[in-house]
Amino acid sequence: MALSGVEIFKHLPKTNCKKCGHPTCLAFAMKLAAKQASLDACPDASDDAKKILGESAAPPIRDITLGTGDKAVKVGGEICMFRHEKKFFNPNVFAVAIKASEAGDVAAKKIEAVKTSEIDRVGQKLRVDAIAVTDEGGDAAKFAAVVKQVVDGVPGVPLILVSKNPATIEAGIALCADKKPLIYAATAENAEAMANIAKENKASLAVFADGLDALTALSEKVKALGVEDLVLDSGARKAKDMIEHFTIMRRAAIKKNFKPLGYPIITFATRDNSVSEAVTAAIGTMKYASIIVLSSVEKWKMLALLSLRQNIYTDPQVPMQVAQNVYKVGDAKENSPLLITTNFSLSYFIVRGEVENSKVPSWLAVMDNEGLSVLTAWAAGKFTASKIAQFITESGAEKNVSHKELIIPGYVAVLSGALEEKLPGWKITVGPREANQLPTFLKARA
Amino acid sequence: MALVIPKETYSGKIYSIQLGSGAKAVTIGGASALPFLGFEGTFPNRPAVALEVMDIAPDDWPETLKKAIGSAGSNPVQWAKFCQQSGADMVALRLMGTHPDQKNKSPEEAAKIAAEVAAAIDIPLMILGSGHAEKDTQVLQAAAAATRGKNCAIGKAVEENYKTVAAAAMANDHKLIAMSQLDVNLAKQLNILLTQMGFDKERIIMDPMSSALGYGLEYTYSVMERIRLAALLQNDPMMQTPIVCDIGANVWKVKETMAPDAEMPEWGGLEDRALAWESVTASAMITAGADMLIMRHPGAAAKAKEVISELMG
Ligand code: B12
Ligand code: SF4
Repeated sequence: MALSGVEIFKHLPKTNCKKCGHPTCLAFAMKLAAKQASLDACPDASDDAKKILGESAAPPIRDITLGTGDKAVKVGGEICMFRHEKKFFNPNVFAVAIKASEAGDVAAKKIEAVKTSEIDRVGQKLRVDAIAVTDEGGDAAKFAAVVKQVVDGVPGVPLILVSKNPATIEAGIALCADKKPLIYAATAENAEAMANIAKENKASLAVFADGLDALTALSEKVKALGVEDLVLDSGARKAKDMIEHFTIMRRAAIKKNFKPLGYPIITFATRDNSVSEAVTAAIGTMKYASIIVLSSVEKWKMLALLSLRQNIYTDPQVPMQVAQNVYKVGDAKENSPLLITTNFSLSYFIVRGEVENSKVPSWLAVMDNEGLSVLTAWAAGKFTASKIAQFITESGAEKNVSHKELIIPGYVAVLSGALEEKLPGWKITVGPREANQLPTFLKARA
Repeated sequence: MALVIPKETYSGKIYSIQLGSGAKAVTIGGASALPFLGFEGTFPNRPAVALEVMDIAPDDWPETLKKAIGSAGSNPVQWAKFCQQSGADMVALRLMGTHPDQKNKSPEEAAKIAAEVAAAIDIPLMILGSGHAEKDTQVLQAAAAATRGKNCAIGKAVEENYKTVAAAAMANDHKLIAMSQLDVNLAKQLNILLTQMGFDKERIIMDPMSSALGYGLEYTYSVMERIRLAALLQNDPMMQTPIVCDIGANVWKVKETMAPDAEMPEWGGLEDRALAWESVTASAMITAGADMLIMRHPGAAAKAKEVISELMG
């Protein structure tokens, strides 16, 4: 039974501390009742409250953690259909499939690719999140051999064990039982056996059925067998089926509180052509898939997919920002150049990256413009000559350098005259427009 | 518990707009539900993919792109034919050479090229100015007159010049592309202004302003989703125009489509990376509801068409 907002409120700390992002505990309780928030957001909720609120506090889509330790990933827990309504919380997992028949060299190559997949984008570390070992073209022994290769090669990377044969899963899970892998999949034929393996190993369990009706029935059945942490696969593989099925599942869970479909979604976006695979996986990222299994993870492909995921999962209300500060890039000294940009994470990281590329140690003054890009901030009147002048004076930028020269972004060249007026004694130099011209620009001056 | 499919009731519908004429005419729009939800609506027309051509050589385009276009880039007519052969649904002629910072070509020169390109292809044509709001008024007026009868899409009409650009489209029986800046209300406002001056709303294609993957894509994505919700669920007639996404110009100026392998080894090979960048950007815009895309790389356009086919079922 769902509790009302007032009933939920009784169990909250009632301190109105706002840490949950809501003005009062009551406001937060109302959001919980409307399934637009998760109790996790209140750091002070007591364990008793968590127990009592149980179902009411649970997000409409259960959240599930794959793996353990610092590479563990949480999926599900979403509360809205469109990112502008609130935000998407738990980024989907990208997993690469390694077939049992690939045991040995091919598997080693893919493991290496996962190991070296981490990229830094706008201050976030992104990587291939998981590995799916599939029994395709192999027997239980080969399957286990690949699992072993993975566990030894990239310890800590969450595993998905893919086989419809319980004996094969058992052979694999014996090697990673303490790592909270995901078992894929319980089907109408093997549900009891798979449920038992999942329970014994405290693993989460994917449920596969062809079509949403069959999936609903099977999901209920597996839950009745005592497995809580489920992940769902309706068999949707074509882009059209993906969008349709996943939308229905998300809507049923969020709008109708339909429990049998209130779990994270897994899909296999594999295609022969790798770019085709990327565009299909992209649809999964946008339209509600929580785990997307790929057949290969070339660096260029992951760069595109991880960037898309980052875009879709950013908070639409608050652009990613960095703190206002005068940052030291490299071994900057008092005669090093001083540049200015805004505190929009993207602007800052792009500019910083290019300054680093230039190998010319520099000072980068980052001004708080509420996370707007240079041109947007300028157009919004937040990156004006007087505001920049005030920032430069108050930030102490002057103390870092012995000179009085400020390099401004090329796109706001129009500001240079006014800035020289507002900052008496300063020389304003107009930098290039695009940050990628900064290395040439800085080197030429050095 | 049996699953009852939770369906939305849509009261609105996207207008259908035809471009070009004859066997190769293209119709876009017509959706009666959120993108590709076939269980609750119909999608009579596929999103169209236009390949971009300029009136000047693509000298400042990245190498990967120039290589894909080859020698065709040296001449707009040849280039347009090349796009047609590459399987584009439309050609988008951008009259970049008219920009005062470029070659500052005259409206007459631009109009001549537009007419030549229109005559050389049998797929529909889109004619875009250089983005210089003031100069575009004269350029687009001349180009619209020179291609009268071809049922082109002319643009972009923006807040600063919409009256003149719309008048040029109206006088020569073309459709109009109206661009606003990443804001649901501004998009609606421009459509209202256009209809107030007597422009038929069912001849407008709205450009919500595009951005590239990794560079503000999420803003465009959410603005488009909100436009579609307003059009379909709230039945707002001023939001029911088809949407065009001008992605190539944004994608091919970011570092991911330009940095050589050696410079960014952790990003993988440039050729694949650049192709994927435009393809994935296209995939995102199609998913958000784009009815028409303007792209630059024929290979990426082919990938967009492939995913459109998969989505149309
Ligand atoms: C996403 C976006 C938005 C988002 C905001 C995103 C954000 N967090 O800033 C939203 C939707 C909120 C928005 C709003 C507006 N926007 Co806006 N927006 C964009 C868009 C599409 C991308 C901006 C972006 O993220 N760029 C990427 C970042 C990294 O760029 P950047 O900070 O400029 O940094 C680059 C360079 O400047 C350089 N650089 C940066 N720092 C430094 C420092 C030095 C020393 C040097 C040398 C170089 C350098 O390096 C970077 C990469 O090369 C652009 C159009 C476009 N495609 O660029 C328009 C754009 C910036 N917006 C514009 C406008 C007009 C607006 C609005 C006023 C319009 C409106 N809708 O009301 C509002 C104002 C916001 C407000 N609060 O009032 C105009 C600005 C016009 C102009 N020339 O001044 C643009 C250019 C669109 C256009 N062509 O008309 N916008
Ligand atoms: S974080 Fe918890 S205690 Fe604080 S206001 Fe929110 S609900 Fe109340």
